[in-house]
Amino acid sequence: MEYVYLSFGAFYQFGDAFAFLVLSAMGLAVIFGMMGIINLAHGEFIMCGAYVTVVTARMGVPLPIAMLCGSLAAGVLGIVLERMIIHRLYHRPLDSIVATWGISLILTQGTLIVLGSSMSGISTPLGSFAVGDYTYSTYRMVLFGMALLLLVGLYVVFHHTTFGIHSRATIQAPDMARAAGIDTGRMYSLTFGLGAALAGLAGALYAPTISMVPTLGANFLVESFVTVVVGGADVFLGTAPAAAILAVIKAFLTGWQGQLMGQVGLLITVMVVIRILPQGLSGWLLKGRK
Amino acid sequence: MGMSQQEGAGVPRSEGRSPDWLLLLNGPQTLGRGPLFWVGFVLAVLAAVIYPFFMDAWSVGNTAYFFCWVFMALGLSLIWGYAGSLSFGQTAFFGLAGYTYGVVTMNFGAAYGMSLVGLVLGVGMSCLGALMLGYILFYGRISGVFLGIVTLSTTLVFTTFMAQTAGSQWAIGDARLGGDNGMTGMPPLTIPWFGSDIALYSGVPLYYLLLAMLVLCYLCLRILVNSRFGNVLVAIRENPHRTEMLGYDIRRYQLIVFVIGSGLAGLSGVLYTAWGQYISPSSMDLAAAALPIIWVAVGGRKDLTATLIGTLVVLGVFQNLTIFGSYYAFVIMGLLLVVVVVFLPEGLIPGLVKLAGHLRRRKGDLA
Repeated sequence: MEYVYLSFGAFYQFGDAFAFLVLSAMGLAVIFGMMGIINLAHGEFIMCGAYVTVVTARMGVPLPIAMLCGSLAAGVLGIVLERMIIHRLYHRPLDSIVATWGISLILTQGTLIVLGSSMSGISTPLGSFAVGDYTYSTYRMVLFGMALLLLVGLYVVFHHTTFGIHSRATIQAPDMARAAGIDTGRMYSLTFGLGAALAGLAGALYAPTISMVPTLGANFLVESFVTVVVGGADVFLGTAPAAAILAVIKAFLTGWQGQLMGQVGLLITVMVVIRILPQGLSGWLLKGRK
Repeated sequence: MGMSQQEGAGVPRSEGRSPDWLLLLNGPQTLGRGPLFWVGFVLAVLAAVIYPFFMDAWSVGNTAYFFCWVFMALGLSLIWGYAGSLSFGQTAFFGLAGYTYGVVTMNFGAAYGMSLVGLVLGVGMSCLGALMLGYILFYGRISGVFLGIVTLSTTLVFTTFMAQTAGSQWAIGDARLGGDNGMTGMPPLTIPWFGSDIALYSGVPLYYLLLAMLVLCYLCLRILVNSRFGNVLVAIRENPHRTEMLGYDIRRYQLIVFVIGSGLAGLSGVLYTAWGQYISPSSMDLAAAALPIIWVAVGGRKDLTATLIGTLVVLGVFQNLTIFGSYYAFVIMGLLLVVVVVFLPEGLIPGLVKLAGHLRRRKGDLA
């Protein structure tokens, strides 16, 4: 019985880390994988999702709907920014990373001006459950389930819907897609918006567990960068397995030496991985196919 | 830019008058050249020299503070502008050197030139850090956006690390690292002198020391970028594969330039720490790391002179904006960065130069 308790503890730590990596990286991964742009305002989309969730939840809206609002708000913000700024930079990926950094500064500091340096948050829902001598947060397990659900959902969206097929066509052969009658500009906007909404969803889901400060997005950045770099360009063959591997490392190091060592471990892993697999995991997995 | 390569090959040889390296001051990889530019340069230096005679002590100290930052900007111009490697983590080396200076001088004081030892060790530490990180990155053939996010991630993790050093167990000798509050109370730069040491608190002597260092650094970097080494850097920026096919080990060049640029960031870190007798993790975080990017991008990252002028101007604007609150200043800086990147990707100063040349040609056509 002792072993069951211990292994559940390990599984819980892994699930917690896996959910955090997948959820925080997914938006970044969709935008990078589909458009080749690293979005440094990623943290601010997360922040937007978290803030809108907390504000609507405190107005009395049920939490799941508040979270949906947070995600949608970030998505709309993403589409607006894409139309205003990002779409001018598709031919200059290196410039787009710098421009999105500028956007990140504007959004963080603008929020500081408008809403102040902190806001009261909402408490973590669903309470806890006990396995053996330890108690665990039920909500963390829900997040793990959400991460898995999200991966499946995205797979369905990209492979079994018209939007997904048009989007992939636009990414793979923009000229052909245009010739076939797809409005590629609109597809880019929607894909960017989807990435932003996913980032917003991460913020929304984690809103009850973190303190509400305008710089909260930065807490997700390192994990999301690392996951995307290790994963490479493909969301399903890259981000998901990368998150699984990194979650083991992160859970082990965090449990052993604390949060900071977890991050340091991830950083060292990413350097080793890029050294061996410059195209990331998905580049390596897809090698055989080409 | 392909043209400048060929011009670079044709740097005029000296004819027994001045040595080769002196001619490199005026080479093809720098925008400002020719007699008119150098007259302007001498006038600018003279103006900077007589500046303290006409200004109050606060302005002089403040200008010295601006000078502290320019070294980091020049270093970033070298790495990003000339060699084309996106290094978003320059503030990590800034902080590393600043903390090193603090640890050395708080343990050994500033007498007997120890503060200068602190300076050298601070810069040395950032060079060493850059050597280790750069080896992994460049010899791992990481480039493009990945280089940017790995250097930025490293900086964020280092910032997180320094921010949690609040406890008393986080001390090196007598120097408490101080967590989020940072480290205070280290002595200023002190020049050992016969009789009594000269402590350079913010003021006129420090101003002149920094001015001299800045002019020297600027001229040395001009020689560097116009030399064969500099031409290879520009070639790597323009087309890394072709450069490699021509037989250059681009990894070595990228690593060397990364170490030099990061050493300059370290120099800024030491000077800043000694100037304000203070260093904290907030001088390395995400917002702080964006600032060097803004100075360099706005001025014109592909030219040392444009970077130098741009940095000083943006610093001045930024400081004047902080009167309304630093949040507003950061918002305006973010806007500035977005506008420049979208509409003038080469930066304001090269943009203006190009515009001037265009107008002059138009005028010539009409005549």
